[in-house]
Amino acid sequence: MKKLTFILLIAISGIIPALAQYPDGKEILQKIDFNLSSENRIFLSSMVIHGRRSTHTVKMKTWTAGTKKSFTEYLFPVREQGTKMLKLENQLWIYSPSADRIIQIAGHMLRQSVMGSDLSYEDLMEDSRLTERYNAEVTGEETVEGRACWVITLSAFVPEIAYQGMKLWVDRERNIPLREEMYAKSGTLLKRSELSDVELINGRWYPKKIMFKDMLKEGMGTELIIEEIQFNVDIPDYIFSKASLKK
Amino acid sequence: MIRFLFKGLLRDKHRSLIPFLVTASGVMLTVVFHAWMTGVIGNSIEFNARFSSGHVRIMTRAYAENAAQSPNDLAILGTDTLTGIIAAQWPEMEFAERIYFAGIVDVADEYGETRSQGPAMGFGIDLLSDGTVEAQRLNIPSSLKSGRLPAAAHEALLSKDFADKLGITPGDTFTLVSSSMYGELTMYNFILSGTVDFGTTALDRGTIIADINDVREALDMHDAAGEILGFFREGTYDRERARIIADQFNARYSSEEDEFSPVMTTLAQDKTMGFLVDYSGKLQGILVLVFIMSMSLILWNAGLLGGLRRYGEFGMRLAIGEEKGHVYRTMMMESFLIGLFGSVAGLATGMVIALYLQNHGVDLGIMMKNASIMMPRVFRAHITPATWYIGFIPGLVSTQIGTMLAGIGIYKRQTAQLFKELEA
Repeated sequence: MKKLTFILLIAISGIIPALAQYPDGKEILQKIDFNLSSENRIFLSSMVIHGRRSTHTVKMKTWTAGTKKSFTEYLFPVREQGTKMLKLENQLWIYSPSADRIIQIAGHMLRQSVMGSDLSYEDLMEDSRLTERYNAEVTGEETVEGRACWVITLSAFVPEIAYQGMKLWVDRERNIPLREEMYAKSGTLLKRSELSDVELINGRWYPKKIMFKDMLKEGMGTELIIEEIQFNVDIPDYIFSKASLKK
Repeated sequence: MIRFLFKGLLRDKHRSLIPFLVTASGVMLTVVFHAWMTGVIGNSIEFNARFSSGHVRIMTRAYAENAAQSPNDLAILGTDTLTGIIAAQWPEMEFAERIYFAGIVDVADEYGETRSQGPAMGFGIDLLSDGTVEAQRLNIPSSLKSGRLPAAAHEALLSKDFADKLGITPGDTFTLVSSSMYGELTMYNFILSGTVDFGTTALDRGTIIADINDVREALDMHDAAGEILGFFREGTYDRERARIIADQFNARYSSEEDEFSPVMTTLAQDKTMGFLVDYSGKLQGILVLVFIMSMSLILWNAGLLGGLRRYGEFGMRLAIGEEKGHVYRTMMMESFLIGLFGSVAGLATGMVIALYLQNHGVDLGIMMKNASIMMPRVFRAHITPATWYIGFIPGLVSTQIGTMLAGIGIYKRQTAQLFKELEA
């Protein structure tokens, strides 16, 4: 009896600190969603694409309403000026001014790179809240860029999703991921991103710079730099219509 | 003596007809087979050389590693200058810049929305500059099924089946959706000038052919090309010369440290065509060996049968004092005459058939219908200098070998036994 009590005590003494040490993964995801998602937002960004051969920059303006609607207009370089992209629910259209055509991006084309970057159209399609897509479990703690982070392992509970698994290094204080790894169902690491220049904007922590690296692609990665961002501003409905692509 | 033997052969048909027919048909088969195989292999090599690998091929080192995927982000830059320099350096060759690409061909309805679309593979070739022979090189004029060749910018050809599937005819507009050299999604409008049918599934499934400058514009590849192909002006591949040119080029322009430096490879180094090039070199040796061995066996057998039939005759000749060596030599002389006339007859018949196959060819389009590799539809025989002797010499040699083997029995006859045999 004494022996059994001793074993139970040892077991409980191991479990209780572990439970106390690691917070609920779902709770952290909710906090991340609060920081990264908003009713709507308008932002001006630059994508610096470090290719295998050269580096080039693309500038764009994006209007987003919730997680279902998004409209992007490319402003630079000249060749891409006027190219527009509209996302409604799970559909994506691109307008090219040089061809004066609107093409729907579907099927395997969604896996194509956006403007030669390390981001795919599929990545752009999946900006819904993490809590709507993944279960989360805190599996450890590490330091990233001098900041204490929870290591969270995410597994998807929705079937059709680009990344079946994710691993996040979440800033314990600001509840913002500082590093992300995206995995295929097979466990292959597909993409990695480093989030930095985290700023407090309208009461939420937001990364102004994200370095994406497609692990299956040669090159030095793609930097996404948020130059200006406004949260919860009024965006007219006509922006999110196919008619606005040709305007 | 020869006249005497010749008369004997003509008058005793049992002695000459079978060996003559065996030799003639063997030589004929070898001549036709050699011309046909040389033609088929040569057609396949040339077809692939013209469409994809050239006699020599210049790419960047990085592109060459994944050449099958045509990675245009790793294309050669400054091709105008490079092509000018190498054309002056190796005037025996013609160089052609090419861009191979993949994408989606999209056809709009009256509202500008997608009506139909399909995956395409494309060739960007020089169709519009003065004196270009690229269209002829790819056999495009004779493959044209409707419309005409592109005559201005923004015009392109589609394979006939593909155009039918998309529901467009010459004069209609379609959009190419592809990736630029920098990986950006690009859209470019073309007017369909005509449709082509190469008779090769790999090419007819979904091909778009446009002028290289249009493709450069579409894929943002100014002064760049995925590959530069080199062709010998005389039209046929010279393995040794190609190797020398490639060595000279690589020593001068290529650097192992720079993955974007150009590198020249030869047709024989091509992963898929190399085997065929090697095989075509060995073909003559294999043919001669197989022919001589099989014909010798057949003629040896025929000689043995003849020897048995003429057993009494040889016995009589030996009995009346003819030397064994003389009997053997007359047999050899007879077989030489049979071999000579058989080979001439076989060569003449074989050449007539080979010439017909060379001029008219055989349409094997039905067999190629589901082939995924690039092969021509019509195969033609090709008569080379070797075709003249590849069957003729073995025809002579094998009859001699056959007779030599069969005639050994003469030396085993015992003179003392001859009279007993004759008495019996």
